[in-house]
Amino acid sequence: MGELAVFIILSAVILIPGVIVVTSGNIVRSALSLVPTFFGVTGFYIMLQAEFVAGIQVLIYAGAITVLILFVIMLTEGGSGVEVRQVNEQVPLGATAALWLAFLMLLVFVRTPWSLSPGRPPAYSAPAIGQSFLTNYVLIFEVTSLVLLVALIGAIVIARREE
Amino acid sequence: MTVGLTHYLVVSTLLFGLGLYGVLTRRNAVANLMGIELMLNAGNINLVAFNRYVAPGAVAGHVFALVVITLAACEAAIGLALVMAAYRSLETIHVDEINVMKW
Repeated sequence: MGELAVFIILSAVILIPGVIVVTSGNIVRSALSLVPTFFGVTGFYIMLQAEFVAGIQVLIYAGAITVLILFVIMLTEGGSGVEVRQVNEQVPLGATAALWLAFLMLLVFVRTPWSLSPGRPPAYSAPAIGQSFLTNYVLIFEVTSLVLLVALIGAIVIARREE
Repeated sequence: MTVGLTHYLVVSTLLFGLGLYGVLTRRNAVANLMGIELMLNAGNINLVAFNRYVAPGAVAGHVFALVVITLAACEAAIGLALVMAAYRSLETIHVDEINVMKW
């Protein structure tokens, strides 16, 4: 019963700021509303006993990406003022598409008989994650590091002021 | 009534719908990136939830969620750098006004 209550609270913490993110006319308010959404998702990870993913979620999403977005909003001040119209003319169309897709996915998810497994996850998942990153998933690990390097260099090159 | 896999799938679907709505209706390129972040978060919830309820002993879902988080950070950095470059040369970050391919 307590688990369900926590789940409902976390769902509200995720979805209500999520609505503000996509509807608010003030872009800074949208960006700051991302923070409770990310923390709610972190709570989901903790409920799912994925504590390492939860830690990384706080560090990267709530810490780094939100700050990056806020910086870019401040540096591109001309496009972000509250008096500027923030939505384009396809609001009804976009709402219809999003609602239909969500509805169809809900239908599929609720009706599919998932092959659930009753086992318990291990007490700590971080050692197993590290182990599998360096054995079974070492190619993914290396390619991701390469992608990070390329993204780092690419972001500097793109954002650099041209002489 | 305990929390099962379907509960997490429902919430992540709603979050995905919100993100899609944001991407489709926002003019501001930064707000579009925020919508993409919401969609990636929804996908991550699904990965971790399937890992927990379908294969509790494995960590593949965690590994893929971590990779997705890393690539989301890359995507945010590159996307925001592109926004900065577009703002510097075109003086706008509204995606419906950025419609020239060559100056």
